[in-house]
Amino acid sequence: MPAFAGMTTENDEGTTMNQPASAYFLEERHDPNETHTLSVLVQNEPGVLARVIGLFSGRGYNIESLTVSETESQKHLSRITIVTTGTPMVIEQIKHQLDRMVPVYRVVDMTITGRSIERELAMVKVRGGGDHRVEALRLADAFRARVIDATIESFVFEITGNSAKISQFIDLMRPLGLVEVSRTGVAAIGRGPEGM
Amino acid sequence: MTDKSHDPNQMTGAAMIVRALIDHGVQHLFGYPGGAVLPIYDEIFQQSEVEHILVRHEQGAGHAAEGYARSTGKPGVVLVTSGPGATNMVTPLTDALMDSIPLVCITGQVPTHLIGNDAFQECDTVGITRPCTKHNWLVRDVNDLAKVLHEAFYVATSGRPGPVLVDVPKDVQFAVGTYHPPRKSDVHVSYTPRVKGDAAQIRKAVALLASAKRPVIYSGGGVINSGTEASKLLRDLVEATGFPITSTLMGLGAYPASGKNWLGMLGMHGTYEANMAMHDCDVMLCIGARFDDRITGRVDAFSPGSKKIHIDIDPSSINKNIRVDVPIIGDAANVMGDLLQVFKAEAKKPDIKAWWQEIAVWRARNSLAYKKNNDIILPQYAIESLFAATRGRDTYITTEVGQHQMWAAQFFGFEEPHRWMTSGGLGTMGYGLPAALGVQVAHPDSLVIDIAGDASVQMTMQEMSTAVQYELPIKIFILNNQYMGMVRQWQQLLHGNRLSHSYSEALPDFVKLADAFGCVGLQAIKPGDLDGALKEMISVKRPVLFDCRVATLENCFPMIPSGKAHNEMLLPVEATDEATAAAFAGGKALV
Repeated sequence: MPAFAGMTTENDEGTTMNQPASAYFLEERHDPNETHTLSVLVQNEPGVLARVIGLFSGRGYNIESLTVSETESQKHLSRITIVTTGTPMVIEQIKHQLDRMVPVYRVVDMTITGRSIERELAMVKVRGGGDHRVEALRLADAFRARVIDATIESFVFEITGNSAKISQFIDLMRPLGLVEVSRTGVAAIGRGPEGM
Repeated sequence: MTDKSHDPNQMTGAAMIVRALIDHGVQHLFGYPGGAVLPIYDEIFQQSEVEHILVRHEQGAGHAAEGYARSTGKPGVVLVTSGPGATNMVTPLTDALMDSIPLVCITGQVPTHLIGNDAFQECDTVGITRPCTKHNWLVRDVNDLAKVLHEAFYVATSGRPGPVLVDVPKDVQFAVGTYHPPRKSDVHVSYTPRVKGDAAQIRKAVALLASAKRPVIYSGGGVINSGTEASKLLRDLVEATGFPITSTLMGLGAYPASGKNWLGMLGMHGTYEANMAMHDCDVMLCIGARFDDRITGRVDAFSPGSKKIHIDIDPSSINKNIRVDVPIIGDAANVMGDLLQVFKAEAKKPDIKAWWQEIAVWRARNSLAYKKNNDIILPQYAIESLFAATRGRDTYITTEVGQHQMWAAQFFGFEEPHRWMTSGGLGTMGYGLPAALGVQVAHPDSLVIDIAGDASVQMTMQEMSTAVQYELPIKIFILNNQYMGMVRQWQQLLHGNRLSHSYSEALPDFVKLADAFGCVGLQAIKPGDLDGALKEMISVKRPVLFDCRVATLENCFPMIPSGKAHNEMLLPVEATDEATAAAFAGGKALV
């Protein structure tokens, strides 16, 4: 059946289509990506974090940051804060997919509510002497970072703030002898008297 | 210390499992024994309330349970051992998840102290099955077992149904603990599926329906899952509105194929009138379907001019692929009941005569037409003959996956829900034969037919032995074209007719194979043989392998080609080599 051959042929405009033959519609979506912070209240039971992470990897969603810890030990509740990016349709999917999991109580989009505070903690190790050491201390002071460990040739700073502030501080430390950084990821909470 | 020896609720974990099955009304259990489930098998041996069906491969148990569930509306229950027993269940669990079939799978696990040790027949069952179950549990304490089992049944059958798995280490099966019957507090308080639709949204939907000029109802498997009441309400809704109705592969039978408003199935191999109606409609009412990629075709050209109402019990189905205007979260029957009530009270049937006239023109294209042949059996003709031969009988149909599945959906008319068992979402070759077993177990006196292909049927052929053992008179009707027909069709359409490994070489002689299994083998080669052989197949009260030799190179049409929209279907009479090549060429996104 020669007429079936040559599936890579010319279209109306005369340009060659090199799309591979596929069982699926290979459409590109051009909606702009948004970054959202989600707070997820879950039953703290074995495997619950694996479920959440598996959802993201299995469905191809992004995780920019993920923070989790038990918040109410009596009720075995944990709070997961996830920073994710995606098109508005994908963000909506992520929320629904999380919400339908059996051990998930609530999913709140902190970005949509618009009344939330986000904080991250980082520990930043800087090594050096002389002017660099003095400058690092001065900048740490300006950023309200605390010294939590010191030797004659190094400091470990503890800094809290939003992610952008922490990134900025780390960038400033780089030329001053940055050794390593440990960041907690973002924790978020709503403003005002109401809980999630 | 109190004396617990006379407390009837004190029992071993293994006994709790059997007791829980009984408490949940389970009559049949599909399974395969092994080291890590021996204590449970020992309990099964000592009772007679739950009948165990021994399959030949764990995948067969899973699909049999799916067929059982799909044809009864009750959960299908599976019992398999650790390691390979569990990994062999991955395919049916995924299949059930995709098609929202309630399954409860109990797996044995190595003893708690060996977990993580790479013990014999150990695998991370809950880890492996986490993405292919609705929820799963590893029970480490026998006193949690009753609660988990009851919750498992609830989760599997409530909300959007699906498969669940309970992994029970062998030491927990031996350990003695306290059982309790099902109670409300067994379920996570975080799990609260919504059943009742929002009244304001229902009102909005009714207003849209009442003002429609070119409406269409698009129903899916969710209507079947919601129970027989949902299918009845769907019929009432069609009657009350006078709207045309189409359905997905999974939704066939909810509205009768003989109904006057029936457009046939929609989607890639749906009818021309169904797809055209979807494309040109002004109001679409989607009930329990999920705008799957086989349904929508090119998303950006999908039904561009319509307002869309979407009823679904799963909020994550809303706006996943297609943005809708009026989403209603809730159970199909519940929402349709409310919708009907409001519609009858506040709206009247809109005048859509002009729309029906348009539809009549599309219908007249006769998109399922095929050229008759007196010398060879065409697969379409085979299904039509089978349909004719089984008319008026209490018939259940299962299928494998491929061309035969599409022809079955196109040419077999389903009048009732729960009569059509097919692997829609996952597309699992090898589903139909074991699914037929499960259906036959649930409906021992009914006619259960697996419409199969020669390639698919070989994937789970060993289950014929199960059919013989339990005297389950399933009929395996093989459309034997000596090809993986759908693979070959796509290779013709998309890969320059290079038929890479799609020819079924060295096919077994199915008639002799039937003999070897101890069942009945039948064959039809000429169209003239067919009716007589079908009659024999139906009348014989034993399992049958029917080798129906059909045209080897027939392709399945109509078809929505490469990255095209619903209104660009390729019809069979127009599908000459040239037209087909043209339709598939130059498509940016190939189907």
